[in-house]
Amino acid sequence: MSRPTVHSRGAIWFAALTGNTAPCAGYPASLLVADSTLAGKTARFISIIPDSDNRFPRVRNGEIGLVEGWSLARAVQETIAADRDAATKRPIVAIVDVASQAYGRREEAYGIHQALAGAAGAYAEARLAGHPVIALIVGKAMSGAFLAHGYQANRLIALDDPGVLVHAMGKAAAARITQRSVEDLEAFAATVPPMAYDIANYQTLGLLWRLLPGIAADAPSDADRVRVNETLAAALADIESDATRDLKCRLGGVNRQASSKVREMLTQQW
Amino acid sequence: MNSQSLLDRDSFIELNARSRARALLDAGSFRELLGPFDRMTSPWLPRQGVVVQADDGVIVAKGLIDGQPAVVLAIEGTFQGGSLGEVAGAKIAGALELAAEDNRRGTPTRAVILFETGGVRLQEANLGLAAIAEIHAAIVDLRRYQPVIGVTAGTVGCFGGMSIAAALCSYLIVCREARLGLNGPAVIEQEAGIEEYDSRDKPFIWSFTGGEQRFNSGLVDAYLEDDSTAIAAQVRTFLRQGRPDSLRSDCYAGFLARLAEVDTRVQATPAAVRELYKKGFQA
Repeated sequence: MSRPTVHSRGAIWFAALTGNTAPCAGYPASLLVADSTLAGKTARFISIIPDSDNRFPRVRNGEIGLVEGWSLARAVQETIAADRDAATKRPIVAIVDVASQAYGRREEAYGIHQALAGAAGAYAEARLAGHPVIALIVGKAMSGAFLAHGYQANRLIALDDPGVLVHAMGKAAAARITQRSVEDLEAFAATVPPMAYDIANYQTLGLLWRLLPGIAADAPSDADRVRVNETLAAALADIESDATRDLKCRLGGVNRQASSKVREMLTQQW
Repeated sequence: MNSQSLLDRDSFIELNARSRARALLDAGSFRELLGPFDRMTSPWLPRQGVVVQADDGVIVAKGLIDGQPAVVLAIEGTFQGGSLGEVAGAKIAGALELAAEDNRRGTPTRAVILFETGGVRLQEANLGLAAIAEIHAAIVDLRRYQPVIGVTAGTVGCFGGMSIAAALCSYLIVCREARLGLNGPAVIEQEAGIEEYDSRDKPFIWSFTGGEQRFNSGLVDAYLEDDSTAIAAQVRTFLRQGRPDSLRSDCYAGFLARLAEVDTRVQATPAAVRELYKKGFQA
């Protein structure tokens, strides 16, 4: 299988982290999967890339559609099945650069919500089965696409770069749904941290394990690649030294105090 | 159905979230956690000039179903479209986490989630999205021990990240009035144009995402009249069945095989979906 030529951070970072490992055959062109090396161990790397010839017309710009959702599920479920009897479970690295879920009639008709559940469920099952799962956010991490690819990881790592953003909905659609102008939406986004689109505000929510500054996200140097690899290895060690496989390490952020308070009160009243 | 039988029915859809939760639990067993008098409200809405609600639109009700410990999580569709912000989301995720913990300690707590939600509350965008990821995580954890039952009765339906949560449930119950889909119609129209999806054409939208179509396509497990007694009985039936042999969300091979048969050059129709998915989702 030839390397993709399209410029996408998903493709760039997949190539940077998997080197000369050939991607696994049999996946759609929008999905890159390879078993390469991380900290001296075999790890599965998974990335979504744009496929301008995608059979589904609403999935040609790096979105996650029906086939992408179910193929992510396959890439993860096959890893779980392969390691079912293994003492140590293969790490999984989700390289996250996802523009959005696909918006279209075909997608709703054939149940894209179920396809994304296939993917999110597979990642969660992998984590619970003991596979260390790491999400490396190198570009956009939007909404349902991020829920399907990355948000179930034990640890979230993001590059500190203007092109890196996490959000629930694009600005135009979010303005329409909340019956505001885009200008009003941007004004609120500037003062209400969870509404902001930039990664610096996102960091104040406490969800990231690491925010990595000074990396050339579009054209990583060898030094950048080494630093990201070291950070992935450190995340792997951190997960392996952690007896729990839940998402509790995401709690405690300065702008996410109510999430802890609610759990504390529920536990008292339970 | 004649008019007398309609009058005799106890509508579920007309109930608010608290009453819906009460209707599913064994009589007299309802106990609300983090109720309105705890006043755990959204810290983010007042900053945007939006009035808060004392329960943030989510009811956490513990009690019994068939005499066994259960927790019902009911989303109030009339508050902010049932959307989930930080507090509402944490109430659902936190309760599911405690239910899973109960099971690890030998208490067989089951969960029922009543989905009336547009998904992420956009005024709390990233905190809603993060909470929904935690809800997904908690459903996948809990469903290893006990069936997790989802109900989407209507009329808000179930969209966004919460449609993914519904699709992770062990069993899913819908009514005719419900819609189940990833993207809300207005969002699809905004992103893809009115030719792709006309958000004002209600019959068109229901024909693709309505409860009846989802049931006839095998994407949900039960399709019921809007009747509290019938819904409560179906919840008990599924709980007695225990965990299903196969989860729909694990059927990647079957779904990929079906999708490979789709002629994507033409637009989808409800009939084509039913015809294709009639073949089932086993590989």
